[in-house]
Amino acid sequence: MHPAPSVIIFTTLSGLGFGLLLFLGLGLPDVSGWVAFVFFAIAYALSVGGLMASTFHLGHPERAWKAFTQWKTSWLSREGWCAVIALIVMGLYAIGVIFLGQRWSLLGWIGALFSLLTVFTTSMIYTQLKTIPRWNMNLTPAMFLSFSLAGGALLAGQVRVALPLLLIAALVQILYWKKGDKALEESGTNLGTATGLGDRGTVRAFEPPHTGTNYLLREFVHVVGRKHAEKLRIISFALAFVLPVILLLLPFGHFFALLAVLSHLAGVATSRWLFFAQAEHVVGLYYGKR
Amino acid sequence: MNQPIINTSPKVSDEVRKTTCYMCACRCGINVHMKDGKVAYIEGNRDHPVNKGVLCAKGSAGIMQVNAPSRLRAPLKRVGPRGSGKFEEISWDEALDIAVGWLKPIREDNPEKLAFFTGRDQSQSFTSFWAQNFGTCNYAAHGGFCSVNMAAGGIYTMGGAFWEFGQPDWDHTKLFMLFGVAEDHDSNPIKMGIGKIKARGARVIGVNPIRSGYNAVADDWVGITPGTDGLFILSMIHVLMKAGKIDLDYLSRYTNAPVLVDASEGPTKGLFLRDEDGKPLVVDRNTGELTAFDKPGVRPDLSATFEKDGVTHRPVFHLMAERYLSDEYAPENIAEQCGIPATRIRAIAGELARVAFDEAFELEREWTDFRGEKHTKMIGRPVAMHSMRGVSAHANGFQTCRALHVLQIILGTVEVPGGFRFKPPYPKPVEAHPRPHCKVTPNTPLDGPHLGFVQGPEDLALKPDGSPARIDKAFTWDNPMSSHGLMHMVISNAHAGDPYKIDTLFMYMANMSWNSSMNTKGVMEMLTDKDENGDYVIPHIIYSDAYSSEMVAYADLILPDTTYLERHDCISLLDRPICEADAAADAIRWPVIEPDRDVKGFQSALVELANRLGLPGFTNEDGSAKWQDYADYIVNHERKPGIGPLAGFRGENGDKEGRGEVNPDQLNRYIENGGFYVAHIPEGADYYKPWNAAYQDWAVGMGIYDSPQPYLFQLYSEPMRKFQLAAEGHGERQPPEHLRERIKETLDPMPIWYETDQTGNEGFTVNALTQRPMAMYHSWGTQNAWLRQLHGRNPLYVPTKLMRENGLSDGDWAKVTSPHGEITVPVMEMAALNENTVWTWNAIGKRKGAWALQEDAPEATKGFLLNHLIHELLPPKGDGLRWANSDPITGQAAWFDLKVKIEKADPPTDAESQPEFPPIESPVGTGPKDLAWKVGK
Amino acid sequence: MTQLPTSTDRKMGLVIDLDTCVGCHACVISCKGWNTENYGAPLSDQDAYGANPSGTFLNRVHSYEVQPAEGHAQLIHFPKSCLHCEDAPCVTVCPTGASYKRVEDGIVLVNESDCIGCGLCAWSCPYGARELDQAEGVMKKCTLCVDRIYNENLPEVDRVPSCVRTCPAGARHFGDLGDADSDVSKLVAERGGMDLMPEMGTKPVNKYLPPRPKDNVEDQIDILAPLLAPVAEEPKGFLGWLDKTLEKL
Ligand SMILES: Nc1nc2c(c(=O)[nH]1)N[C@H]1C(S)=C(S)[C@@H](COP(=O)(O)OP(=O)(O)OC[C@H]3O[C@@H](n4cnc5c(=O)[nH]c(N)nc54)[C@H](O)[C@@H]3O)O[C@H]1N2
Ligand SMILES: Nc1nc2c(c(=O)[nH]1)N[C@H]1C(S)=C(S)[C@@H](COP(=O)(O)OP(=O)(O)OC[C@H]3O[C@@H](n4cnc5c(=O)[nH]c(N)nc54)[C@H](O)[C@@H]3O)O[C@H]1N2
Ligand code: SF4
Ligand code: SF4
Ligand code: SF4
Ligand code: SF4
Ligand code: SF4
Ligand SMILES: [Mo]
Repeated sequence: MHPAPSVIIFTTLSGLGFGLLLFLGLGLPDVSGWVAFVFFAIAYALSVGGLMASTFHLGHPERAWKAFTQWKTSWLSREGWCAVIALIVMGLYAIGVIFLGQRWSLLGWIGALFSLLTVFTTSMIYTQLKTIPRWNMNLTPAMFLSFSLAGGALLAGQVRVALPLLLIAALVQILYWKKGDKALEESGTNLGTATGLGDRGTVRAFEPPHTGTNYLLREFVHVVGRKHAEKLRIISFALAFVLPVILLLLPFGHFFALLAVLSHLAGVATSRWLFFAQAEHVVGLYYGKR
Repeated sequence: MNQPIINTSPKVSDEVRKTTCYMCACRCGINVHMKDGKVAYIEGNRDHPVNKGVLCAKGSAGIMQVNAPSRLRAPLKRVGPRGSGKFEEISWDEALDIAVGWLKPIREDNPEKLAFFTGRDQSQSFTSFWAQNFGTCNYAAHGGFCSVNMAAGGIYTMGGAFWEFGQPDWDHTKLFMLFGVAEDHDSNPIKMGIGKIKARGARVIGVNPIRSGYNAVADDWVGITPGTDGLFILSMIHVLMKAGKIDLDYLSRYTNAPVLVDASEGPTKGLFLRDEDGKPLVVDRNTGELTAFDKPGVRPDLSATFEKDGVTHRPVFHLMAERYLSDEYAPENIAEQCGIPATRIRAIAGELARVAFDEAFELEREWTDFRGEKHTKMIGRPVAMHSMRGVSAHANGFQTCRALHVLQIILGTVEVPGGFRFKPPYPKPVEAHPRPHCKVTPNTPLDGPHLGFVQGPEDLALKPDGSPARIDKAFTWDNPMSSHGLMHMVISNAHAGDPYKIDTLFMYMANMSWNSSMNTKGVMEMLTDKDENGDYVIPHIIYSDAYSSEMVAYADLILPDTTYLERHDCISLLDRPICEADAAADAIRWPVIEPDRDVKGFQSALVELANRLGLPGFTNEDGSAKWQDYADYIVNHERKPGIGPLAGFRGENGDKEGRGEVNPDQLNRYIENGGFYVAHIPEGADYYKPWNAAYQDWAVGMGIYDSPQPYLFQLYSEPMRKFQLAAEGHGERQPPEHLRERIKETLDPMPIWYETDQTGNEGFTVNALTQRPMAMYHSWGTQNAWLRQLHGRNPLYVPTKLMRENGLSDGDWAKVTSPHGEITVPVMEMAALNENTVWTWNAIGKRKGAWALQEDAPEATKGFLLNHLIHELLPPKGDGLRWANSDPITGQAAWFDLKVKIEKADPPTDAESQPEFPPIESPVGTGPKDLAWKVGK
Repeated sequence: MTQLPTSTDRKMGLVIDLDTCVGCHACVISCKGWNTENYGAPLSDQDAYGANPSGTFLNRVHSYEVQPAEGHAQLIHFPKSCLHCEDAPCVTVCPTGASYKRVEDGIVLVNESDCIGCGLCAWSCPYGARELDQAEGVMKKCTLCVDRIYNENLPEVDRVPSCVRTCPAGARHFGDLGDADSDVSKLVAERGGMDLMPEMGTKPVNKYLPPRPKDNVEDQIDILAPLLAPVAEEPKGFLGWLDKTLEKL
């Protein structure tokens, strides 16, 4: 898949943002006034910014509101609803915390729940796609959720929660990569089933339907060199998990915490780049590409 | 569920205008849907005899062609050096003045100094009429480099040819065998036919080194070694004759198999025994007497010999048996050379025999043959064959083509139900065709038509001193039976001054500085070469194109043509009509839109030029012009009284067909009728046409000929024997010494196979071919925004074995070398390919700056031509002579004899295919960036 | 609208004969021509005369080589457009309802005025049947020529998709695959029509007729060989045979 900056920014930032909102909704940390304002501002900047980024790739962003209509079937639509509910509920909750010195816990829990649901629905947009075996597995929501929780905890300054969550996320990440690398093979889909000609012999793509490129190739066919991918995985893993954990284990300090957050952000963004770039859409088979 | 309400019955268009496609030479009928006076959508015309509603990719993309940014806009005068592409736009008046300024003195002095050659011209009867009236002997269209081997091979053998001049009996055939065809002129009809017979479950056998297109859908693929079809075919003839699986009745009645061949030594040896009327003689089985072949009631004997003065004269069939039963042709002995296992050859021959004889059927149709014998039924032999350039573009193609016809004929499959059928104006014996003329007289028309069919040395186009009369050396000892001329030799010969120098080269619709020339770079040099005085060696070049092609840059004066939807055209029975096997048909084009530029239909421009030059055929007694434009000519010209370019709606009331007075309303009648006219052949006259009295009478009525012309198929070709006799020393006209042996060997009156001239090929062992992509027409396809996305560049396809041997993988570059040149190009693997053959799509590579494309267009950076590796001459033999890379019989350009070697190469530094040429300046700029072409609201 | 109808009245679709398709691209361009001028936005082209031409097409023809375990490699031309799946994932993923499957005939269509161009439907289609038009920003796909097949301004014979009408080889068939008695259904039954990527569970309506077995003329050599028994080994003998046979004529 084409690793479009808009979707990488979207999933990375909004994942972190809703993760932070979740912790804020649970009252972790228990802050108020200006400090709360700063926390909420960061959370909204990330989640809303991410959502905005996701509209960049739309052909008709001015019609984006129509995306709320199909919640019955469409995960994208559901995501829209969850995000809006989470943002509104958490907004009300934030007003209480920041300006009124009130903590409406129920509202906070509801907000936290919808924040989590938002991340889940986002992940389901990808998970539901049978056409992309690397995404079409339970580990995809697990990954989105664990990343969001770990990142949220980190941002929320919940070191004790963050450490185990980072370890869990790291584990999920490794499992995701391992399983993902075999996903296309194991899906049973290949050029043979794609053409229905597989039982006659080895099928090989000969001439493509056109010598130039097209939307499908641009959108779905992106080949990352194996070596390149390995390297990026190591970098991503180090930045997202290893470095933050080390930094957290060091004596506490705001500067190190900031470094841990930035490192995690960069690591998750790299992981997301790989998430898209390494995902093989089965349509590539028709073009003799993966 | 509530779902959107959509309009499922939108208005399709304001109006439909029916005309004829010209995105290629197949000439399908099209419905041009108009919205607000603009072309909105093009679809096939269901009523049209050629395409019956279907349309190919090119045809549907016509809308991108009539609106192409590459269209020329006004007459151009060259202002920079030749080849630079620098021009200034001028008026038509000035353009025609310039042309007259060059042409008038030539005509007054020596008309042969004008060489007028046209490309894929569909108005050859008109352009040749123009050239004839001008008085030059130097005229031809492109047939000589295209497929004259097929046309001549067919006409000399059976009075009709493949090409688009005949077709399988798609409704009845059960076995269709295709030799060397990727696309052909009859594009849509062949596809429709294949679809039709496949739906019936009939078998298709494809003989082709490359398994794509038609060959990909063939049930059996024979991946033959290029250039060896003749051997394969003769081997099948061997097997069939040996097994007696031949149609003896057919051979005895309709072919010259029973004709007696003179065996006495001397100047008549090998000619037919003839009676005093010149009729070939046979022995009548009824009487045992020697008699003319066509006497009523005669049953020619295939076996009987005739003894006279101690000499036994034997029938052609004896000679055939003697030759083809020889073990030389046994499958086991030729299998390796052809690259086909012997069992496969036998199996295919067996299958031919099985279908031709065991699946024979009868149509209950009465008919009477030319000997007056009545037949109550027609016997069907459901085997049909077709062939084109894969056979013809080799220097042994004429003989191979003849061999193929002999194979069809011994099976009794020509002009019978289920077999191969001619389309009017064929069948037509060689004798009914004109012979070539070349007598040039100042200010006077030529003494007759330029092109034709020679019947012996007496018809050669030689000057009194024996030197070639024509610039292309057509009809000379080099290639005596060159019925279509040799367009590929014109520039080369004119540049070399061999046989003489010319003054003006006038070309139409042929991209000679690029894809239609061999030795492209050399040709560009010849066109720009200057003599010691600093003048161009070819002093003047006039060219007519509709688009900004590579050739435009090499002309001094450009006469811009219209596109096909903007002009009148005539697809005439006098020319290359659109007939079907059971109907004569012709068609027109008419301006369904008016040009928005200062362009003129080329034929109309020729009429104006003729008027300004006062050419006889174009001028009335009082000196006034006969016709104002081409439309006027189409309607009012008469070749003979009552016979004009169009056969339909003749006569004052438009109710006569074939023959009839001029009808001023004729074009409107065509337009009302969908742009075409069909005259059906009556039932009973529709098969056995060469011998069928009813057909012959119908053809006379249509004006196809003036009296019935029944004839025999020529398994043995007497005209060829006459050239051999000359080479053996008989007769007045004698070939030059250096050609004697070649003529003796190659002009064998019965089909042979010979290895083509391999001079210089040592070390070059791989065959290199091109194929036409179905969705592109030569160079024109590229300017089409839709089509160029399909074929924007061309790799060299290399068989798996050669890929491995050379360590190549897809996308690598390879250096491909021939005895003549070198190219460096990207490669791609193909498994379904003869293991010693490489190929690419034809004419995708483009010169930078042409066709209104940006200079970095893939066609110009990655695309390439194989033509750089092919030379119009064979490598020098050290005898100082210029040997053409052509068939020694017909002069057909031997494009596919190319041998190369291939090796892996580093990608060129700029990752562009080599050789590269500097860009030419575009006289029309480049096209727009984006398109969203919708004319309706 | 993104809910799929539980069933459709008819299942209109195409049957494509891989045994007959010669790969001419006629259907590709005809489709481009019709759909540029008709339903929805025109199918645009970018860099039309430049280095990277790329445009929207609703139908494209691939080609594949198949190397059987034994014998010659085969080449198969392979046209592909929307298969109008019964369980069309492209419909259910659509957040706006722009994508829908028509109840009356099962045609999967995009209502362009509702489409936000998110691309998700194309992501969900295994067959590459949807292309986002770069000029218009909306999703384009085969409409099964919904504006032709019922079009009362067209003569009855022409109420078929543009690609079907134009296919020179007759390799494309159109009809109701929900009706077991329709010509297309019979063809599918006779020739073993198949689904592409059945494992995706999309239940395509369009079917592909597989190529017939190839290169088997030699297998019949035992039947054919007797036909080829020589009538005589020597040319002389052949002429003797000839005389005898001619007498019978
Ligand atoms: N390597 C290789 N080379 C080959 C062949 C091959 O098989 N392999 N095939 C050979 C054969 S058979 C042929 S026929 C030639 C074909 O070669 P060409 O005859 O050169 O064919 P085109 O490229 O179609 O060029 C014809 C010219 O006609 C122009 N044209 C198009 N429409 C019109 C019109 O309406 N009016 C006018 N006045 N001009 C128009 C085009 O712009 C173009 O410049 O190529 C030959 N070259
Ligand atoms: N779409 C489209 N249609 C066209 C044209 C076009 O440019 N585009 N051009 C038109 C013109 S001018 C012409 S002349 C015709 C030509 O039409 P075709 O005769 O189909 O010409 P080519 O495409 O050159 O294909 C020649 C075929 O012969 C095969 N071949 C080569 N050598 C041998 C051999 O030794 N033996 C056998 N058995 N096969 C061999 C090649 O592999 C190739 O498949 O097409 C016409 N129709
Ligand atoms: S074959 Fe195609 S391009 Fe040629 S005339 Fe017919 S529709 Fe036009
Ligand atoms: S082929 Fe693709 S676009 Fe068409 S219905 Fe099936 S999933 Fe949807
Ligand atoms: S691109 Fe349009 S049709 Fe496709 S899912 Fe998005 S909104 Fe629906
Ligand atoms: S049915 Fe219509 S829209 Fe679909 S591929 Fe055919 S022509 Fe194109
Ligand atoms: S038009 Fe017919 S033969 Fe040509 S590519 Fe399309 S389906 Fe195949
Ligand atoms: Mo040609």
